[in-house]
Amino acid sequence: MIAIIDYNAGNTTSVKNAIERLGATAIVTRDHALIRSAEKVIFPGVGEASTAMQFLREQELDQLIPRLKQPVLGICLGQQLLCRFSEEGNTTCLGIFPVDVKRFSDTELVPHIGWNNLLEIRSGLLSGITETDDVYFVHSYYAELSEYTIATCDYGLTYSAAMQKDNFYAVQFHPEKSATVGERILRNFLKVVE
Amino acid sequence: MLKKRIIPCLDIKDGKTVKGVNFTGLRDAGDPVELAKRYVAEGADELVFLDITATLEKRSTLTALVTRIAREINIPFTVGGGINSLEDAKVVIEAGADKVSLNSAAVKNPQLITQIARQFGNQCVVIAIDIKTNLDGDYVYVKGGSEKTSWKLTDWAQHVEQLGAGEILLTSMNHDGTKNGFALELTNQVSRMVNIPVIASGGAGTMDHFTELFQKTKASAGLAASIFHFGEITINDLKYTLLNQQIPVRCL
Repeated sequence: MIAIIDYNAGNTTSVKNAIERLGATAIVTRDHALIRSAEKVIFPGVGEASTAMQFLREQELDQLIPRLKQPVLGICLGQQLLCRFSEEGNTTCLGIFPVDVKRFSDTELVPHIGWNNLLEIRSGLLSGITETDDVYFVHSYYAELSEYTIATCDYGLTYSAAMQKDNFYAVQFHPEKSATVGERILRNFLKVVE
Repeated sequence: MLKKRIIPCLDIKDGKTVKGVNFTGLRDAGDPVELAKRYVAEGADELVFLDITATLEKRSTLTALVTRIAREINIPFTVGGGINSLEDAKVVIEAGADKVSLNSAAVKNPQLITQIARQFGNQCVVIAIDIKTNLDGDYVYVKGGSEKTSWKLTDWAQHVEQLGAGEILLTSMNHDGTKNGFALELTNQVSRMVNIPVIASGGAGTMDHFTELFQKTKASAGLAASIFHFGEITINDLKYTLLNQQIPVRCL
């Protein structure tokens, strides 16, 4: 069973639908015991960083998430909240990735909305994905490059489109909305074995 | 590289897809979910569902339909028509829509833009602007194009950006349904005034119209309805035509 963390930040329905289209079972929950016992955890998110972190703290999910041992996949705001700090609302985040999240400069249209291709692809999460494959992005903030970057994207500058550290995976794009390419990435995540 | 998007629009009335010529004289073009699936298979980058009867008839949005679409479709989609409150937006987003599109409601209550943006993020809020060019200038129209407002196009576009809009969906009523091409000058005017993506809509009749749109304006996306509905242009053919003109698009 896949637990999708429900923390009042966006489109958990889409993630659940995407997992179910792949034939797996998912529940949307904020129950600590359910999350802890899930085979895999998805930490989605669309919304504003400081509001999301405040909610995580109220639910003590900020204590639970960093301690999870099973594979965890952060998506979009989920990726950003797994980082150390976000310029959005000057928010201290969960700190799993020692990386800062910054706002795109206004030399580009912000938000970065639409299909863009991944570059410098590494790791099994992105197995089978090539630099000509496009995935769907919607965001105004980005995670800086680091040793944990497993794919980059170019939008005015180069940033972390995907990251991995131990059992924590994170993607800035929306695999649940990235057609067959996204399905492949989610299927890879479902296959990841600790 | 970020790709230019091709977005089919499905106008919905009573759970069916329709497309008006200049917003009147509707023709039936089938089941929205079936049509949506066909578009996804053809390479559509996003979908927009507009309940075109909603503004006039004050109908609530089609939550059941949104739920069905969200289950079947693996690309982003926007729902508009009848989103009049934060609660309306919440219902549609929780049913699985990625974005909501506001038109008349945003003019009536601009703070709604900010409310939705604060709760769900700017990227969730698409402001649909229907524009009609008259001798006295380019004015924003509401209620399905039936009512003129005192807002001039560029003033309104800048205002909605400041309030938290994530994208602007610009429809030229003078061009809509004519199949004579997009409103290039209006699209450029808006693109110059704002720093959020602009989706051009209204007037697409040929593949060349899309080429022209992306070569002559900074539009992030082109939206059309009837040319896709009735199979006059397939999205896949359109993408390859654009690619041949060195316009970055996502090809399957």
